[in-house]
Amino acid sequence: MQKVGWDEVSAGTILDSFSQEVDNSALVRPEDRPYADTNSYTASVADWRVLKPVYNRDICIDCQNCWVFCPDTSIISRDKKMIGIDYDHCKGCGVCVEVCPTNPKSLLMFAEQDDNEEALSQWPEKKKKGE
Amino acid sequence: MSKTIKNLKQFSTANERFEGAHLLCPGCAHSMIVRELMNCTEDNLVLSTNTGCLEVSTAVYPYTSWDSSWIHIGFENAATAVAGAEAMYNAKKRKGTLPNPDAPVKFVAFGGDGSTYDIGFQWLSGAVERGHDFTYICLDNEVYANTGGQRSSSTPIGASTTTSPAGRVSYGEKKMKKDIVGIMGAHGAPYVAQVAPNKWKDMVKKLQKSLETEGPCFINAMSACTTEWKFDPKDTISVSDVAVDSLVFPLYEIIDGKELNITYRPKNILPVRDYLGIQGRFKHLFKPENQHVIEQWQKDVDARWEYLQRREEARV
Repeated sequence: MQKVGWDEVSAGTILDSFSQEVDNSALVRPEDRPYADTNSYTASVADWRVLKPVYNRDICIDCQNCWVFCPDTSIISRDKKMIGIDYDHCKGCGVCVEVCPTNPKSLLMFAEQDDNEEALSQWPEKKKKGE
Repeated sequence: MSKTIKNLKQFSTANERFEGAHLLCPGCAHSMIVRELMNCTEDNLVLSTNTGCLEVSTAVYPYTSWDSSWIHIGFENAATAVAGAEAMYNAKKRKGTLPNPDAPVKFVAFGGDGSTYDIGFQWLSGAVERGHDFTYICLDNEVYANTGGQRSSSTPIGASTTTSPAGRVSYGEKKMKKDIVGIMGAHGAPYVAQVAPNKWKDMVKKLQKSLETEGPCFINAMSACTTEWKFDPKDTISVSDVAVDSLVFPLYEIIDGKELNITYRPKNILPVRDYLGIQGRFKHLFKPENQHVIEQWQKDVDARWEYLQRREEARV
């Protein structure tokens, strides 16, 4: 993408979401969309994170609470199943972990530099009532 | 036509039209509200946004986060811009020059509380009075968060902001919050409602109703601000829960300026003290000399709840 300076941008700028015409984006799945370079989908805010959420498929009940409350469109759900976290767009706010209803939680925050496989091996046990 | 959304699993099959990597703070409720609006319908959307957090964070050159037609022009005129687009759409439809006249289109304007309660109020009032077919959504975070936390006329009593700081002499903001939902109801708008992002089902229902209703609709959406309300980003939903359950943000709708329906009644009503205690901006109210402000808060919230219930019964 060609970038121009502040004094070269004309008043009234149009930023394209897609590189080709899309009739109605609500009917096209994100993976099938022709995203343009000027769509923030192509950018990353991964460097904002200090903690990252790690997702445990074995405990997840696909309630989609994390999906509906994620402020950064970073919970990927397809066909009513939660399939993963978009680490390019997640800012690590931790809302998904707070709203997760399972016991133990199927999403937990770990340090950004931790390995996901290692994090999964340290997953806490189920908490008993009153613990 | 809006699609029917019965449960979250079904809702999650929506194709996202609000992209990530916008620059809103982590845990910001603005994007939760915008996502729910864009996911609750499959119609084409024409959107506009007032200057504010949402606008500056979702259209940072050279990126846009919107997968629908979206425009920003001034601080005050999201309502005017979208009303103009709607007028043009209708004129073109009448003349038969629209390329795809049968495709359903919805017109939506977003504004923050500063641009709705204060700066854009005249424009919003005018657009509602002219009766354009659009929905205006106010993302109410009770402060000018984008410019560093100045008070707006939505800031509630006792809040410490950069222009109403709490200290030895002052307990912070001195004035009451403006009742924007009541004001918009008094315009005789066909549909006016207050929503909160934590009650997603109630919110989706109201958003769909406002999109389907012909004429100007107004939605006041509580948007908990992690930066200016001073709580941890992960607590956005729990703070919203307490706000709704303590009746600080009652959820209700007004139809045609007359019929008021309360859409959510908390089983256990929490004291306002609980709501104030979890936010840094009200920390100073817990000093002994400021206790009267908390008592005043509780009285005001109780009186407001009583008023809403009476109005619901009276149907006037």
